[in-house]
Amino acid sequence: MTINAMNNADQSTTVSQPMWISFLGGFWRVLRNYPILPIVVLLIFFIVSVFAPLLEPRDPIQQNLRGRNAPPSWHDPGWYADNPKLDQTYLLGADHVGRDILSRLIQGSRISLMVVAIALTTGLVAGTALGLIGGYFGGAWDEIIMRAVDIWAAVPFLLLAITVAVVLGASFSVMASLLVLLTWSGFVRNIRAEVLIIKELDYVKISMVAGASTPRILIRHVFPGVMNTMIVITTLNVGGLILAEATLSFLGAGIPGPNATWGLMINEGRSYLSDAWWITVFPGIAIFLVVMSMNFLGDWMRDYLDPNLRQSR
Amino acid sequence: MTPEHWDLIGKELGLDKPVVVQYFVWMGDILTGDFGESLAGKQPVTKVVGEKIPATLQLGLAGWVLATLIGVPLGVLSAWQRGSIWDYIGRSFALFGQALPQFWVGIMAVLLFAVILGWLPSGTRGEGFSIRHMALPTIVIAWSAAAAYLRLTRSAMLEIKDSEYLKLARAKGVSTRSLIWKHAFKNALISPLTYSAQLMAGLISGVVVIENVFAWPGLGAAAVRAIGNNDFPVMSIVVILFTLIFVGMNFLADLSYAFIDPRIRYN
Repeated sequence: MTINAMNNADQSTTVSQPMWISFLGGFWRVLRNYPILPIVVLLIFFIVSVFAPLLEPRDPIQQNLRGRNAPPSWHDPGWYADNPKLDQTYLLGADHVGRDILSRLIQGSRISLMVVAIALTTGLVAGTALGLIGGYFGGAWDEIIMRAVDIWAAVPFLLLAITVAVVLGASFSVMASLLVLLTWSGFVRNIRAEVLIIKELDYVKISMVAGASTPRILIRHVFPGVMNTMIVITTLNVGGLILAEATLSFLGAGIPGPNATWGLMINEGRSYLSDAWWITVFPGIAIFLVVMSMNFLGDWMRDYLDPNLRQSR
Repeated sequence: MTPEHWDLIGKELGLDKPVVVQYFVWMGDILTGDFGESLAGKQPVTKVVGEKIPATLQLGLAGWVLATLIGVPLGVLSAWQRGSIWDYIGRSFALFGQALPQFWVGIMAVLLFAVILGWLPSGTRGEGFSIRHMALPTIVIAWSAAAAYLRLTRSAMLEIKDSEYLKLARAKGVSTRSLIWKHAFKNALISPLTYSAQLMAGLISGVVVIENVFAWPGLGAAAVRAIGNNDFPVMSIVVILFTLIFVGMNFLADLSYAFIDPRIRYN
């Protein structure tokens, strides 16, 4: 762009800065007001986990003893020169039995995503249903449901989860069920509170008077009112669930090997910390990026969709 | 093991009775203070677990104190100087604290401070009351707790900052210091206070992970080991203990509401 053109642009927009600064400023404003970066990060992880088998550069459970604890190829090219018999390079290094860290990360993203999605959907349906029933009908139902929520809150979840995993044997379905147990009560509590308010509103009373059936009132009139809360709680839950899944895997109560989960990878890398930091560091960064983006998105959704739940910013 | 021997052990443990009866026998024993013997060590459970309680309390309390000392003042500062550099520091501190997996931070701390720099020991409790051994696990558990404190305190302070009575106090010339601590902070205290009771319970029962990372000889590590050994008497007493702590702490929080906010009184 010539100086002339820039001057013209200045005159036409009456902004005294060069155009690229105001463009950057606008860009920055958009970044601040909308969770673009978190969405990009999450989209990348989502795409990677959906197409995991196509994207993995190597078989994630294929061992290769020549490549034991091989460093990331960019980090220590000399190591590969010293081991000429190894016929491949590892972009993010290899673990203690020579499995490719990058491929395992990709496989781990898929497992995390699946287990969290299943747990969250189940917890959401069960929790929302119980919250609707408790809030709308009140009385004995409400009392039973809310006392169950209270009792559940007092149970030390980690210990229970490890016990269940040891007694029943760790597996994908056990992990998913455990995570359901972690989510349902949050939905019940918040949705019940919302229903208590909504059922006193005039439009609900009028539809009662008009003779609508109870299921119809619940589904057509009350449920749409709690939908925003439901979405917000769902997004706010994802980060915690990913952390919980990783923690359980780390403690050995997660989905068993040789399949990779991020928590398990960190656990396996612990013993080789001083020789091969890459086994432990990269899965941790992956967990952090996903959880952080999810938390950002959740906060934004809450402010956008449900001002009642908002904390001052 | 002969079948006779098998039956004998079953009878000894009361496993020949129906499950419902077993439950009531267990319940009766607990209520009369008989927690049974550890299956692994043949020692009374109270002794096995009792030895671990001080270690867990030490870590949990230290983490709680540190988290309170960092989280609450930083929350006040971050709210009062909203948009300043302090606000950004505080908020990023909170963001990281809530998104980083605790066990990973623990391992990284070991890698950095114990393996690479060699400043601090990487595990165990050390002899007696060793600050050097405590430092890493305490900082790691305090981080995420302080993050939650900070967010709560910050939002409570921000709400109060806009209130009319604070504007009045400012207009009549109250010094900034007493404005913050006397007028605003006292009223913002409710939510951090509730949280602090829950946090205390959470830290004591939640050190399971960090005790495993740092080989800290406390309740959490013992519980995980007991689960691995199918040592049910030890597991049940730990679960009962954690649950009691949780219920007790919540009760304390409820009581303290009334103490702090005279508008809330229970009849």
